[in-house]
Amino acid sequence: MRINDCDPGLKYEIAAEPGGEGIKACFGCAACSARCPVGALVPDYDPRRLIRLALIGDRERVLASPLIWLCSACHGCAEVCPQDVRFSEVMTAIRNLASRAGYAPPSQKAIAKQLAAHGRLLEVTDFENNKRAELGLPPVSEAPRDYQTILGLAPEAGQEPGEGA
Amino acid sequence: MEALVFLGCTVPVRNLNYEVSARKVAEALGVRLVDLPELGCCGYPLKSGDQRAALVLAARALAQAAATGLPLVPLCSACAGTLTEAAHHLDHDPEARAAVQAELDQLGLTYRPGVKVRHLARFLLEEVGLEAIAGKVVRPLTGFTFAPHYGCHFLKPSRVMGGLDDPEDPRSLAQLIAVTGAQSLDYARLKDCCGGGVLGADEDLAGRMAGGKLGELTAAGVTAMAVVCPFCNVMFEGQQKAIAKRLELEIKVPVVYLTQILGLALGFKPDELGFKLNRVKPKELLEACK
Repeated sequence: MRINDCDPGLKYEIAAEPGGEGIKACFGCAACSARCPVGALVPDYDPRRLIRLALIGDRERVLASPLIWLCSACHGCAEVCPQDVRFSEVMTAIRNLASRAGYAPPSQKAIAKQLAAHGRLLEVTDFENNKRAELGLPPVSEAPRDYQTILGLAPEAGQEPGEGA
Repeated sequence: MEALVFLGCTVPVRNLNYEVSARKVAEALGVRLVDLPELGCCGYPLKSGDQRAALVLAARALAQAAATGLPLVPLCSACAGTLTEAAHHLDHDPEARAAVQAELDQLGLTYRPGVKVRHLARFLLEEVGLEAIAGKVVRPLTGFTFAPHYGCHFLKPSRVMGGLDDPEDPRSLAQLIAVTGAQSLDYARLKDCCGGGVLGADEDLAGRMAGGKLGELTAAGVTAMAVVCPFCNVMFEGQQKAIAKRLELEIKVPVVYLTQILGLALGFKPDELGFKLNRVKPKELLEACK
């Protein structure tokens, strides 16, 4: 890797995202790496290394790496960091940048589509509400219109807005 | 005492044993859970792809809760964490609040700071209290041992979820188990993450994360593991057979919701607490509580 290939602006882009500002305070102690349950099982997944790559500005090796989708968001790293980097939040910032650069796994788009269709991750039909009624539970409804507005996604063809499938 | 219950996406569709037991326990302890049907997803699943949109969705729920004047009580730890973080962020950052309000205007909603978000287990501890719960125990679960699983979002990040317990040395769920007369197990992998957060990205990794804890508890021989989050339940109960097969391990750990064992101690029958829906049943416990 050559210094001219690095993008010193990457760290500022990460820091400009909500929760990303902590990255600039990292002094590389690796408390996060020691506490990480994913790193314990996947040697290539190393929070300190990901932070260094981001600080150096190796854009592709950070944003295009499948490793950034392995964080389980357990927040253990944030608890032990002496510099208040909050790596789990930095990771969300990195993932958001990666998504905007087109590197998001397909599941991300599927989630947004599902929320726009149902206002929930799991569809609620009469079948679910009948099962609920058998246990004496009140019915739940879908209110997808708000989700369509916020996400800027039109309802799927053949689906009336404001109604479940 | 009243609280607005936040069901989220998973509990009201896939975890009816959790919901039915939570409602029974709350009622028995004098907490009226109020429903607001239009509450939907908390926004958590969108965070990785678009955290600004996720924040607006959380703010939507907080604005709906503010209009009722009631505290917001999620059953799911991911919902509790997301909504608590959002409230903390928006209550302390007027600029972020203004940006979110501009989006909420389209929905005819107003964000009002000060909504108190607390996971049901935390709400029971802080608002009802251990003494009051103990006073209502009619069937002590003496002789049974439960392994608490705190999960990650019940107590972390402590910056916003703090004030209840120390996530590095947690006691709160153990206290809620002990109040039933049962024993709470302290074990080496107590604080381990269930792996649910990476299930979508790497099923094998998620299984190995959950498998460590399941292996330890199989060896320890507990009555059941007690969870407070539907995602942790997906890993430990829903994936248990698949994990045992893939890791070639002898694993068998009954998994129950904390509210199910509180419900038994408060005198409810297993059928009233949705135990029929538990896939790996704690047979001796259910036999004793018939």
